[in-house]
This record gives sequence, structure tokens and C-alpha cells, in this order.
Amino acid sequence: MGRVRLSRFNIASLAFGLAFLYLPIVILVIYSFNGSRLVTVWGGWSTRWYAEFFNDQAMLAAAWMSFRVALASATAATVIGTLAAVALARGGHFRGRTLFSGMLYAPLVMPEVITGLSLLLLFVALNAERGFWTVTIAHTTLTMCFVAVVVQSRLGALDRSLEEAAMDLGCTPLRAFVAVTLPLIAPAIAAGWMLAFTLSLDDLVIASFTTGPGSATLPIRIYSEVRLGVKPEINAICTLIIAAVTLLIIVASLASKLSNARADSAAPM
Amino acid sequence: MTDHHATTDAALAASQAPLLRIEAVEKKFGGFKAVDGLSLDIKAGEFFALLGPSGCGKTTLLRMLAGFETPDRGRILLDGEDVASVLPHRRPVNMMFQNYALFPHLTVKANIAFGLKRAGLKRAEVKARIAEMLALVRLEGLAHRRPDQLSGGQQQRVALARALALRPKLLLLDEPLAALDKKLRESTQRELIELQRRLGTTFVIVTHDQDEAMTVADRIGVMSAGRLEQVAAPRQLYEAPASRWVAEFVGDVNILDGTVAEQDPHRLTVTTQDAATLSVAPPRQKVDINSAVSVAIRPEKIRLSRRGPVADAAAGLNRRDGVVSDLSYLGGLTSYTVKLDAGATLRATLANVARVEVDDFSRGQHVVAWFSPDDCVVLPR
Ligand SMILES: Nc1ncnc2c1ncn2[C@@H]1O[C@H](COP(=O)(O)OP(=O)(O)OP(=O)(O)O)[C@@H](O)[C@H]1O
Ligand SMILES: [Mg+2]
Repeated sequence: MGRVRLSRFNIASLAFGLAFLYLPIVILVIYSFNGSRLVTVWGGWSTRWYAEFFNDQAMLAAAWMSFRVALASATAATVIGTLAAVALARGGHFRGRTLFSGMLYAPLVMPEVITGLSLLLLFVALNAERGFWTVTIAHTTLTMCFVAVVVQSRLGALDRSLEEAAMDLGCTPLRAFVAVTLPLIAPAIAAGWMLAFTLSLDDLVIASFTTGPGSATLPIRIYSEVRLGVKPEINAICTLIIAAVTLLIIVASLASKLSNARADSAAPM
Repeated sequence: MTDHHATTDAALAASQAPLLRIEAVEKKFGGFKAVDGLSLDIKAGEFFALLGPSGCGKTTLLRMLAGFETPDRGRILLDGEDVASVLPHRRPVNMMFQNYALFPHLTVKANIAFGLKRAGLKRAEVKARIAEMLALVRLEGLAHRRPDQLSGGQQQRVALARALALRPKLLLLDEPLAALDKKLRESTQRELIELQRRLGTTFVIVTHDQDEAMTVADRIGVMSAGRLEQVAAPRQLYEAPASRWVAEFVGDVNILDGTVAEQDPHRLTVTTQDAATLSVAPPRQKVDINSAVSVAIRPEKIRLSRRGPVADAAAGLNRRDGVVSDLSYLGGLTSYTVKLDAGATLRATLANVARVEVDDFSRGQHVVAWFSPDDCVVLPR
């Protein structure tokens, strides 16, 4: 009896937790199909707000801008962050290692306003034209630390003797890294990339500091629209973003499954 | 006996240059000398074991042979060529790692093929070699498994196959059996010996298990604090240890300290404080009268009885009266601790040759302990 009760309690708490997490999202998704012009009044099913969004040139431009920034900055951050993680995990105890790793992680806890402001000052000082590139650089700065943290924790857990075994079997140090270490930290690198991508897509504060006129990112655009009152179109955009992120996660998990299965036939390069 | 060994070694070295020559190699970590001026020759086809307590530098020495560490001083000659600064991937040496270091993302087959592909072997050759290696370690059915789908013993065999696939001149094994249970370890030891004989590859194995070293190796190098204390065949190591440290490290031993009182060609008389006067076989190297020595006797060389040996057999034997102060039954053997009336404490092990207690002694019983002078080893103190 007690057991049954406990399990019911568990189910209830699970349902409550999930509802807490996902109810707002579900409501948002449902209301994105709302036919009414008023956000809070149900006016029957409709896809008109999706059509509206696809006709809203400014919003589309902002979405495209955000996507490009996220893609570029996530990729750059993954490369730089991975290199930093490798240097920290494998570089031995070079001078200033502690300082370097401390400095690498500082942006993680730095208030975004400060990061944004300091980058803005830098770009102004350099007299750089603010737009796609400045936002991309800013996002790379922010997200590379996250990539470095994720990759370094994986590298730290990796047995050093695996690389030595590869060298013992005829690999140069670089080859050993590529043939053994890289495949083993690939999931962490992929996770780091996705994290960076999402962070960049999502960022409002740093982007508003570092972007210029005419190159608003999607969050900036949405924010400025919402200040004038929530349009149901925003719900449609958000639903699309959720769909994209979900798809990304599914693809990533499928890819990691596939790479596991492929390991069977894999051979060193 | 040690001298005798050295001369055979010298003769061998002259007839055939060693595969591996380590010359006064030194390796420091910070100010600490992990390997301290160590020299050693290893012949081609030999099964050599490095034995020593934890932290004595065995792994460090092995890693220098594999190329993962560079010696600070000295030379490492492989086939007469100095390899001390050659990178690991250019050495005809392979290593089997203590934790096996199998590539977790590759199958057994791909693990074994790893080095072969790097060496540029043709597809057909690689395939043939993989099949050969799998047969060698009896893992034919498991070629497509990944390491995490194997038992510890199977992983160990994959690691061995991978290290042997490139047909190295020298195979280094760092505590290869440490992770296996006792039964599996013993059967794997036999397999290693058989494999080594069949392939003729030179094996250098690191172990801190002396039974393992004795079982597998042709010669054993006993290391202590970065130096080699003694290099000898297992039997010599046990029966003719070069120093008190070796005698105590390898097996059990009773040590009695004393001074040389008399010396004739066949017998040495040693006066001890707590075991009266002992008659022992003279050591090979000359000792001076009145010099301080230690007398070492292995526990199984000491016999116990109620009344001592028969009178005429006892001539020349060392015999002492004592009391059994402790005993432990170990199955095949019983280990007795005997407190001699003269003061010393001796350990004696007796084989339990019969199933029923015939010749058992109990705690507190008066016994006679006796041993032959030839079973005593005199060591400088
Ligand atoms: N990379 C290193 N940096 C500093 N000290 C080291 C390093 N590697 C080994 N040492 C030290 O050198 C000494 C010898 O180490 P080594 O690993 O060779 O011992 P070992 O004989 O293999 O011991 P064990 O039987 O425990 O494996 C130890 O005191 C160890 O602390
Ligand atoms: Mg070791």
C-alpha cells in the first residue's frame, strides 16, 4: 500500500515538475496557433501568425542575423575553446597556468553587462563598425569559456596512457591526438558547440551592447517588439525556435548513437 | 655464486652483444632521483623481470625504454644504437600498459590493427596479422567487441596482442597481471612464458610480485631506490642473495648478526649475541676475522624436532634448543616461531606432508631447531 502511494506521489511530483517546466512553453506553442489578434483571447486555430512572420522582413532579417552569428561564433568558440582546453589539460605545468585557467573561466561568472560594456568600449576604441562581426566576436568571447570547460572536463577524465599507447604503436604526438583523443572527446566538443550555439542565439545583453544600427539579432528585435505589446507573431517565432532547438538535440543524439555504432568498423586514419 | 654468475654473464656478453644495454642511466624528477645511475644488459630472447618495492623506479625505467621519458644522463643502446632521445613512435619497442590502455572507441580488431596500419602494412598483411594475433591470444570469437564488452582477462590479452602485433624486438610489460585474480594470474603467467618461448621476443616485465617474477623470468633484477641491488636467476636470487636487503626482500629469512671468530677453508665460525656460535659455509669473497657479518637462513631450511637429529648425522650441524612461541597453519605449510634459549627468535616452516598430525608441535613446546652450515649465507653487514 505504502509503496503504491509513494509511487503515486512520485508520479504527481514528476508531473508537477514537468508542468512547471513545460506548461509555459506548451501554452506558448498553442497560442502561436491562435487566430485572434489579442494574445490572451482564444480565437480558433490558425497559422496566420506564421504567415505574418514569414512576411515580416525586419523580423526575418533579425532571425537570419542571429542564425549566422550563432553559427559563426559557436564554430569559432569551439575551435578556440577546444585548443585552450587542450593546452590546459595537456600542456603540463607551464608558467602562469593557474592564472591562465583562472582568466579563462572568469567570463563564466562575469555579469553580462560588464562583458558587453567592455567589449563595446573596445570596439569603439578600435573604431570598428558595429554589426555582424562585432556581435560574432563578442559571442565567441562569451561562449568559448563554456566550450573550454566542457571539453577540459572530458579531457581530464581521459586516460593519458591512451595517447602514449598510440605513440607507442607508431603515431606522432599530433597523430595520436587526432586518432585517439579527438574521437574520444568529440561528444564533448559537439556538446560545447551546441551550448555555444544556443547561448549565442539566446543572448540579448551582449548583443545589444555590441551590435550596430540595422543589424539587430532576433532577441533584440523580439524585445523591442514586445515593449510595444506582445504580438501573437512572437509566439510563432518562439515556437519555431523551440522546434529548431529540439531538432538540433535529436540530430545530435542520433549522431552520437551513429558514431558509437560506427566505431565497430572504424579504423585509425 | 654471485661471482660465478657474473663470469657467465661476461662470457655471454662477449659471445653475443646484448639486445639492450642500459648504461649509467639517471632520471630526476625535480631534485629526486627516480633512477640513479643504473646499468643493465639484456640479451636477445631473454625474459627479464624488474622486481622492487613501490616507488623504486621500475615504471620510470620502463618508460625510458619505451621513450616516454628521456634520461637525464647515461645511454640506452638498443642493438648497439643509442635510442635515449628517440621518440616512442620510432622505436622497435612496444609496451603493454598496466591499465592496458585499450582504445575504447575501437573494436578488438581495430585495436590490434592500429599499429599495423600506422606501419604501412598492406591490407592483406594486416588482416593476416590480426588473425594470427587473435589466434595467439585465443580471442578469435571476440574480434568485433569493444573493450568495455570484455572481461579483465580478455582485455589483458587484447593489450598483449596489440603490443605484439608489430613484432617488436623488445616488449615491455608494466605489471601486466596486477589487475587479474590469483587463479587467472597464474594461468596467464604460464601463457606468457609459453608465448615468449614461441615468439623468441625479448620481454622485460615489471612486477612487485616476487612469485610472479620467479615464475616467468630467466633473470630478475631487484631494484631499490633507483638502483639495481642484484641481477640473477631466480634460484640464485633466493639462495645466494647479494645483500641483506635482497635476502629480506625476496622471500622470508632469518637474520642473525655476529662477528667472524674463526675461518678455515670449509667452515666459518660466527659468534652471535643471541644464537651462540654458528658454523657456516664460508662465502666466496674472503671475510676477515672479527669483521661484522649477518648470517641469513631461510625458514624452510630450519628443521624442528623433539629431540634433535640422530647423533652421528648431527656432526657439524648447528643445533639450538628453544620453545615454540607461535605457529600458523597455512595449508601446505606450517610456520613456527621458535624462541631460542640463547635469545634469538627463528622462523621455521615445515611442509605438512601427511594429512594427520604426526610431527606437529604446539605452542609452548620445547623443540630442537637445527640447520646445516651449507644453508647459511654470510652477508657483509
Ligand atoms: N612524473 C613524475 N613526476 C615526479 N615524480 C615522479 C614522476 N613519476 C614518478 N615519480 C617518482 O619517481 C619514483 C619512482 O616512480 P615509479 O613510478 O618509477 O615507481 P615504481 O617502481 O613503478 O612503483 P610502483 O610499484 O608503485 O608502480 C616515485 O617516488 C615517484 O613518486
Ligand atoms: Mg609502477
